[in-house]
Amino acid sequence: MIDIKNLQKSFHGHCVLQGINEKIEKGEKVVIIGPSGSGKSTFLRCLNRLEEPTGGEIWFEGVNIVDKKCDINKLRQKMGMVFQQFNLFAHLSVQENITLAPVKLGLMTQAEADKKAMELLNRIGLAEKAGSYPNQLSGGQQQRIAIVRALAMNPEVMLFDEPTSALDPEMVGEVLELMKQLASEGMTMVVVTHEMGFAREVGTRVLFMDGGQILEQNPPATFFGNPQNPRLKDFLSKVL
Amino acid sequence: MAEFLQTHYYNLYVALIEADRWKQYLEGLGRTLMIAACATVMGILIGLIVAVIKVSAVNNRKLWPLEAICNLYLTVIRGTPVVVQLLILYTAVFTSMTNGTPVAIVGFGLNSGAYVAEIFRSGILSISRGQTEAGRSLGLTSWMTMRLIVLPQAIKNILPALFNEFITLLKETSVAGYIAVRDLTKVADGIKGRTFVGEPLFIAAVIYLVLVVGMTQIQKQLERRLAKGDRH
Repeated sequence: MIDIKNLQKSFHGHCVLQGINEKIEKGEKVVIIGPSGSGKSTFLRCLNRLEEPTGGEIWFEGVNIVDKKCDINKLRQKMGMVFQQFNLFAHLSVQENITLAPVKLGLMTQAEADKKAMELLNRIGLAEKAGSYPNQLSGGQQQRIAIVRALAMNPEVMLFDEPTSALDPEMVGEVLELMKQLASEGMTMVVVTHEMGFAREVGTRVLFMDGGQILEQNPPATFFGNPQNPRLKDFLSKVL
Repeated sequence: MAEFLQTHYYNLYVALIEADRWKQYLEGLGRTLMIAACATVMGILIGLIVAVIKVSAVNNRKLWPLEAICNLYLTVIRGTPVVVQLLILYTAVFTSMTNGTPVAIVGFGLNSGAYVAEIFRSGILSISRGQTEAGRSLGLTSWMTMRLIVLPQAIKNILPALFNEFITLLKETSVAGYIAVRDLTKVADGIKGRTFVGEPLFIAAVIYLVLVVGMTQIQKQLERRLAKGDRH
């Protein structure tokens, strides 16, 4: 589904991604872990070109999205993204946050989008918050709404950039729970996280990144049970 | 005391009622409002375009020629007095135009645009990058993201500074007399010269004051309306 070939990214001469090759299949839940500064967020953000790669190719639905001529906005409609800081639109109500993009992009009428928004809000138990504004909500509520805002576009794949890192500990659970539901429904997911429990439970494959490279990857049982790379061993010994 | 009041009462009569002079104030006020309103609209349009170009040019190096033009414009306009700009426009640029009002509109509009541009730019920069990224990640174009997500939030943040500029502009139109526009100030000064009483200038001052207080009220209303996303 996403085919990444020799992906490179450097900031002002500093190399952050050193030629990453990776294939993400439909329905996979790929979890990326690694120390901070390892390039994992940059890697994820290159997938929908929020970061402009400096080299390599990313093939998504038969199109090389690194190619300047491709319609990146069209492709982004199929790649939902969830951010560490939620990034709900502060001046819009919860419902408007969810319906804005589908309506303005002409994918749905306002009535269809409103209906879809209410379905999604019902599903996460926040229907009564439809008219509230983001800063009236808890972090966990905001992040779950950010997730359904992305879902309202009916994406093919969901990208999560440390979705629980900015949350108070007691709110992490509700967000992870929603992500688990998504996973069980077959959504293709790429998740950058520090939640090892989530990686172990939900991931179909776990990637360890350090120094702009993928140093090791395996299904969670092998990844956590029998790590090979010394850097990964060291990392796991610190976080587990 | 009685004599004092009587003198002022008489002076006011001379300044306002005699020879239907109040009509002249109204004409001058009309011209002042016309210049201020048109220049404000022009300033907003110019300011918005310049600000968006300058902000976009940071990430898109291809825009550098436009950015250079914007920077030149900002430097020249902010670096020279508005009266000099008006005189140059009136005597050297629009030489065939005898009516100063359109020249004043263009002059004040160009002048205000430079200040509004920097106000808009500060507003756009005050909105976190995450808002833009969220918009773009949903497939919105950069202009849609700017228009639907960044600008509405930016305008809320810059409203006080923006109204400051509008108020300054309104009062600044009082120098339009330099290019023979009979605005409120020019009219009042003319009546003063003809009647030899000081009241016309006080009348003009009161009218400006009422206008500015009115604008402040509009600002308050707008701020209240835009505050709906704030913490309650």
